Amino acid sequence: MTALFTIIIVLFVAVALWQMVKIFDLAQVGTTDSQIADDQDNKINGYLMMGFLVFIYVMTILCFWFIGDLPLLSNAASEHGSEVDNLMVISMVVIFIVQTITQFLLHYFAFKYKGEKGKKAFFYADNNTLEFIWTIIPVIVLAGLIIYGLFTWNDIMNIDEDEDPMVIELYAQQFNWKARYSGEDNVLGKANVRLIDIDRSNILGVDEEDPNAVDDVIVTELHLPVGKPVVFKMRSQDVLHSAYMPHFRAQMNCVPGMVTQFGFTPTVTTSEMRETPEMVDKVKGINELRRERAAAIEESGQDLIYEFDYLLLCNKICGTSHYNMQMKIIVETQEEFDAWMKEQKTFPNSLN
Amino acid sequence: MSATIETHDHEDHAEHHHKETFITKYIFSLDHKMIAKQYLITGTLMGIIGILMSIMFRMQIAWPSEPNVLFEALLGKWAPDGVMSADVYLALVTIHGTIMVFFVLTAGLSGTFSNLLIPLQIGARDMASGFLNMVSYWLFFISCVIMVGSLFVEAGPAAAGWTIYPPLSALPMASGGSGLGMTLWLVSMAIFIASSLIGALNYIVTVINMRTKGMSMTRLPLTIWAFFVTAVIGVVSFPVLLSAALLLIMDRSFGTSFFLSDIFIQGEVLHYQGGSPVLFEHLFWFLGHPEVYIVILPAMGLVSEIMATNSRKPIFGYRAMIASILAIAFLSTIVWGHHMFVSGMNPFLGSVFTFTTLLIAIPSAVKAFNWITTLWKGNLQMNPAMLFSIGFVSTFITGGLTGIILGDSALDINVHDTYFVIAHFHLVMGISALYGMFAGIYHWYPKMFGRMMNKNLGYIHFWITAICAYGVFFPMHFIGMAGLPRRYYTNSSFPLFDDLTNTNVVITIFAIIGGIAQIIYLYNFFVSIFYGKKAEQNPWRSTTLEWTTPVEHVHGNWPGAIPHVYRWSYDYSKPGHDVDFVPQNIPLMEGEEELQH
Repeated sequence: MTALFTIIIVLFVAVALWQMVKIFDLAQVGTTDSQIADDQDNKINGYLMMGFLVFIYVMTILCFWFIGDLPLLSNAASEHGSEVDNLMVISMVVIFIVQTITQFLLHYFAFKYKGEKGKKAFFYADNNTLEFIWTIIPVIVLAGLIIYGLFTWNDIMNIDEDEDPMVIELYAQQFNWKARYSGEDNVLGKANVRLIDIDRSNILGVDEEDPNAVDDVIVTELHLPVGKPVVFKMRSQDVLHSAYMPHFRAQMNCVPGMVTQFGFTPTVTTSEMRETPEMVDKVKGINELRRERAAAIEESGQDLIYEFDYLLLCNKICGTSHYNMQMKIIVETQEEFDAWMKEQKTFPNSLN
Repeated sequence: MSATIETHDHEDHAEHHHKETFITKYIFSLDHKMIAKQYLITGTLMGIIGILMSIMFRMQIAWPSEPNVLFEALLGKWAPDGVMSADVYLALVTIHGTIMVFFVLTAGLSGTFSNLLIPLQIGARDMASGFLNMVSYWLFFISCVIMVGSLFVEAGPAAAGWTIYPPLSALPMASGGSGLGMTLWLVSMAIFIASSLIGALNYIVTVINMRTKGMSMTRLPLTIWAFFVTAVIGVVSFPVLLSAALLLIMDRSFGTSFFLSDIFIQGEVLHYQGGSPVLFEHLFWFLGHPEVYIVILPAMGLVSEIMATNSRKPIFGYRAMIASILAIAFLSTIVWGHHMFVSGMNPFLGSVFTFTTLLIAIPSAVKAFNWITTLWKGNLQMNPAMLFSIGFVSTFITGGLTGIILGDSALDINVHDTYFVIAHFHLVMGISALYGMFAGIYHWYPKMFGRMMNKNLGYIHFWITAICAYGVFFPMHFIGMAGLPRRYYTNSSFPLFDDLTNTNVVITIFAIIGGIAQIIYLYNFFVSIFYGKKAEQNPWRSTTLEWTTPVEHVHGNWPGAIPHVYRWSYDYSKPGHDVDFVPQNIPLMEGEEELQH
């Protein structure tokens, strides 16, 4: 089916091209065989430039209209997320204004000043005032963006130890994620890949001698209590991975041989997020699409009906199954979290 | 209008001419014009491979894991029953990136036009060292052969992304492509770097020492400024990649631990201890980021020159253009960390790199405004080269603006390594540089081959390409903002992204049409070599020195003495002259003042 579709497109394009060449050939009858643009060419291409400007604007509008309903841009689920989104919106507005104006000038000038035989261009080589103006305007705008950006960045990256964040280890390996909670003492037991013992199912290489490890809990599904600051300590056992949690505006690489960290405070529980109008719409749309290709989805073993969940994705190329390296994140109330935590085995109990 | 040419050394050169055999003329040529053509044709062939690969992986993204006749035909045993595997997908994106960035847009673009234009526009008989120039090309050729050869390795070519971050690239057990395929990739790149270093040194020496009488640095066309500064950036940054590649080879083959530490893979602990992949990232991007400017600066130079010629106006703000080239070159070497905001490096470094990165927007904005002002009140000759130049400015602005988001560390956290990045850099350096290259080819084709390309095919080529370029990369920004990571073989394991499926199909259709449109160009290019209309000496009525050389190439460029230069290269439509251009070799008229620039 795809092949047929592709072939039809190819044929269609080929016919279109052939027709266009013919039109251009016909337009050439009676003119000289010079391959240098004449007034006719200048005129046609000048108008096409204006057409292209319209194309750019229409494309922008279409993109915002159809694929611009970005739940990701409006539904941050972490405390710093709304700050990031504000900065994003401001930057986007600046970009949008500059883009609209400069593209207009560029294409409009290309149309307005299209060449004519005998016309002479305006000899205009330099103007220091103009140069100064368009150096200083970007300087001011960028200074604003840089300062705002740096404050936001420092806010995000400086983890406030006074808030007593919950310490969780994210552990990456080809091609799955594990999480290790630090337990009551909020201190992770020491760990190194050299201590990994598959036979005893010490898969994270946690030091059994370390008293801090006694209450550690290793899981494959990440649960977070809402409103509680978390700091993730990240490790990788084999290659680079990146822990990407788009809904929380969070990302950090996991680097073998070192521990990296990223902290945030989740603010919206999974069930609350599922009920936001944007998410209800999005999920409805997705499920409509999924029903259209129900057979293929069921064959692949996925559930047909999609229900929203926060996700941790791998976002650094890590090998064959990179595209399927994920872990579910559940944000819940403190009570639900405590109840779930009680059911989990502590590290010493999980060993064989 | 033509130069006053003395003929006293005509015979010397005629003699050189006769000694040439087929091999010395077409294969092991020392002549910069022939070497430029060799670079161009090799770059074109590599470009065909690179673009074909991109069409294949775009098809995979649009119609994941569906049988495809194209895959069956081209990938053979790697696509059993026409279904592409995940490893092959990663290999395709890796080699596509490598080929396009290094082999097409570095060697193909800079190699072609630096070689062609530096001696011709500064008024030199050839490069400082014709022999090194030849060596440079043939090293490039060998590296191409090795890179293409790596596609036929049993376990597949390198598949760790074009950035080849270790440990993925260092450990054969981590990825099929990290065996012999990666070894060949590294060897190919090492040779490629040697080639570009030799080339760059040659360009620098030639520009500094071999300018004709009167050709001061402030009379140089902006093309030469761009090539010169590009060569300097190359000399500063390429050796660092070479060292990274050599250290990686040592880690891979001799058991050192520069980039590796504490690794447990496939049931065993490896001996590596104390190294850091982040070090590799620093070394890689210390070249990797300047590389972006190595790609884009020559395109900027070509576009500046073509825009001035076809607007029949001087380039606006000549001094500001040079200053911004220098500013970009300087800043380009201190911004590499913006690729590494979330790599685990110290967040304070992130702040510094945000600051330096956003500074680059200033000289870039100055350039964009100057190009637009160059068009203002011009007499625009819409030759295909001019269309591609205007297209260049358009995509450079669209792509460049989103750099404000990516360069801002706080925002980069969320769009890092998503399709937003793909959209950004493809527009700002991929498509833009490709447009610059096309503009250069259409413009200097008469100089290279003595014939004209067909303009109507050029127009069709431009308009289809322009629409498809936006059609492919504009929607990608939105996919990226929705959180879709790059380098995913299929997105179907994430129902979260199901609503992006249709957009991906649209993008792929644009990509296919855009790819097919390049056939028009290839047809035009190759057929015109033999059947194009014979070119006049100065078809675009340009002021620069290359158009004072005869259409038929001669060894030594000018049959007579080298012309002297009396004015800058942008005397278009100068008041007081009857014609709308005054070549650089025409002395100032009595009472005429050279513009104070």
